[in-house]
Amino acid sequence: MAGVDVDVGTELRLGLPGGGAEAAKAGKRGFEETIDLKLTLPTAGMEEAAAVKTEPAAEKTKRPAEAAAADAEKPPAPKAQAVGWPPVRSYRRNVMTVQSVKNKKEEEPEKQQPTANAGSNSSAFVKVSMDGAPYLRKVDLNMYSSYKDLSIALKKMFSTFTTGNNLNEGKLVDPVSGADVVTTYEDKDGDWMLVGDVPWEMFVESCKRLRIMKSSEAIGLAPRTKDKCKNKS
Amino acid sequence: MSEEDEDQPPPPKRPRASPPADQVLDNVLETVLQFLDAPGDRSAASLVCRSWHRAESATREAVAVRNILAASAARTARRFPRARSLLLKGRPRFADFNLLPPGWAASAFRPWAAAIAAAAFPALTSLNLKRIPVTDADLELIARALPATFLELSLLLCDGFSSHGLASIASHCRGLRVLNVVECDMAVEDEQEVVDWVAAFPPDPTDLESLSFECYGYAVSFDALEALVVRSPRLKRLGVNQHVTLGQLRRLMTHAPRLTHLGTGAFRPADGGDEGIDFGEMVTAFANSGRGRTLVSLSGFRDLAQEYLPTIAVVCINLRTLDLSYAPVTPNQIVMFIRQCFNLETLWVLDSVRDEGLETVAMYCKKLRSLRVMPVVANEDADELVSEVGLAAISRGCRDLRSILYFCQSMTNAAVIDMSRNCPELKVFRLCIMGRHQPDHETGEPMDEGFGAIVQNCSKLTRLSTSGHLTDRAFEYIGKYGKSLRTLSVAFAGNSDRALQHILQGCSKLEKLEIRDCPFGDAGLLSGMHHFYNMRFVWMSGCNLTLQGCKEVARQLPRMVVELINGPPEDERTEDVDILYMYRSLDGPREDVPPFVKIL
Repeated sequence: MAGVDVDVGTELRLGLPGGGAEAAKAGKRGFEETIDLKLTLPTAGMEEAAAVKTEPAAEKTKRPAEAAAADAEKPPAPKAQAVGWPPVRSYRRNVMTVQSVKNKKEEEPEKQQPTANAGSNSSAFVKVSMDGAPYLRKVDLNMYSSYKDLSIALKKMFSTFTTGNNLNEGKLVDPVSGADVVTTYEDKDGDWMLVGDVPWEMFVESCKRLRIMKSSEAIGLAPRTKDKCKNKS
Repeated sequence: MSEEDEDQPPPPKRPRASPPADQVLDNVLETVLQFLDAPGDRSAASLVCRSWHRAESATREAVAVRNILAASAARTARRFPRARSLLLKGRPRFADFNLLPPGWAASAFRPWAAAIAAAAFPALTSLNLKRIPVTDADLELIARALPATFLELSLLLCDGFSSHGLASIASHCRGLRVLNVVECDMAVEDEQEVVDWVAAFPPDPTDLESLSFECYGYAVSFDALEALVVRSPRLKRLGVNQHVTLGQLRRLMTHAPRLTHLGTGAFRPADGGDEGIDFGEMVTAFANSGRGRTLVSLSGFRDLAQEYLPTIAVVCINLRTLDLSYAPVTPNQIVMFIRQCFNLETLWVLDSVRDEGLETVAMYCKKLRSLRVMPVVANEDADELVSEVGLAAISRGCRDLRSILYFCQSMTNAAVIDMSRNCPELKVFRLCIMGRHQPDHETGEPMDEGFGAIVQNCSKLTRLSTSGHLTDRAFEYIGKYGKSLRTLSVAFAGNSDRALQHILQGCSKLEKLEIRDCPFGDAGLLSGMHHFYNMRFVWMSGCNLTLQGCKEVARQLPRMVVELINGPPEDERTEDVDILYMYRSLDGPREDVPPFVKIL
């Protein structure tokens, strides 16, 4: 899996960080559903299937790892939902869904649930840490519409701490020979990913916190090349 | 906030032939009857003889038509000319869960609005509507018809009206005391078309005692709202919507220090924290309102900023009602103030408080009478946050419990049996195990014994909602012991018609029966023929009824309106009935029947 030995404890886990074993079981099921529904990717054995460039590379690298572990503890397929069951009024359901989308993006929620994302009209604050900086910052991802905007903002925010180096932008830059720092993010699964691989909207939805680290530390994260299938073995 | 169906017997039926003539003069009788308040007593009095019926009808002031389709506006007005308050209930409750196609009873309220406008209810001051579609035009009619005398309007779970309708009421009804819009599904409006109805109140001091609009989806002008509160010295109940920020709430609280009921809106400072409201200021605000010891009810918290929740601690000692059902509070957070809530009688929470939170509640809220635990994620596959552990803790700690609504993923018979023994005063027991057909997760057995114990040990039980895997045996218990049951909700349960027979033949006081997705057929339905006229309605959807069976009911009971919804067109070969909704009516089948409804 990932050679990312950052302090986040990215041991292979089902479910979302913060949840207990139960949360892992139940929560993961929902997440897999989401993946299947949204990306229509098969769940297992797709690593060989060529680098389909349209696929977000990040999702793909996680997929084999997920599938492998998920087989061990594959939850039963969810039943077809019945209309009006459980008996909770739609007004209440909608309010709770919007709230949980908001809470997801804030720090340390007590409980995580992968919910349908109503998302982009609420705020999406995530913590940003930079190695060597004495304190953290927070940015609202919904304020920006592209990686470029975000990197400009981050640069401004942390300009006092850097020597003005470029942050990693977009998928095509090779971070090893390029900038001195790279921006990484922790996604819903607790994995640390390189910023810039997935479409912006998907990034906003899945990003939980950002970390700007020295590119020398980020070797394990970087894609080998942009063409090969990105494997985070 | 109260959605519970209260202890009301059915509306009176027609009088029978009178016994030997009554000696008492009519006007003396009327004078005496005026002291009779309880609806049950009034119903009974009206059935004695014709002159009592006349006298009672002439003096009845609180008129309740608990199924709006049971009696027309004209008939009601003729019978109760002195009606001062009118309570009308419309759609069946399962409509709340999208089981009823929209447009089912689109014009239900129009005839009533028209009657009111035509001075059919000259003494009317108060209107209380539940689950009824109300249009802006209806509200305008009423507002113009009764500008001086109309005092109270309560809309609970209604829909169809918009800010314009509220503006009509606000601007015309000068003496308005109560305007409560609760859990309503108001019409969506273009932003430009939304009217600021709060600003529509006349500029003079008002008599407002209660103003609640927590469900209102648009922002009202805060200046107008603040000014309104300032010039409403009698205001006791205020419920604002989620567009009112914490800082704004604090200002409103300073203008109304003697509030008894407060709906707190968002309970979050304005974005960007520019409001500069800090923890201490909020505590002071509550301390000031708590000084009079008048604040007894808190609700709202629609977009809770968790760090401010403990500011309510200072008023917790006096709280009798606390509604946190829109706030995902955690066990750690609830601990911070629930310890002071030893006078709490009604608590609505989300299952985010988990079993630990419920254990804390059980430890401190000894006077608790009504508890609701709603799910944050209303889904069969969601995480399990509360379980039998929480239920058992509540039953041990809150012996005075009268009413419980509990959503969970799984349950055990043992915990339910414990509750039946620990809380014998239970009148309402609604357990919703969200997984359909879930058995006792420890023993693997059906939940029959648990529900059986409830009906057996809780002799005052009037309302029961079942869930989980239940066999016919559970319904045998219900029929045998549920003699006080008035409302029964059943979903995904039972094996055969015998279950329905047990219910209909055993529960002699049953008034409202809602069944969905159970294997019950015509034989079961027909076993209730002797009882249907005593009921307010019967709802059966997703069962095994056929056109034949329903026709038989309609044939034998001419005063039942038997509606088949989504039913097949006039084609005798297709048998299955989607939804059966039937109710007694004095005025025969309604005329505004949409195409997907067939009345037999």
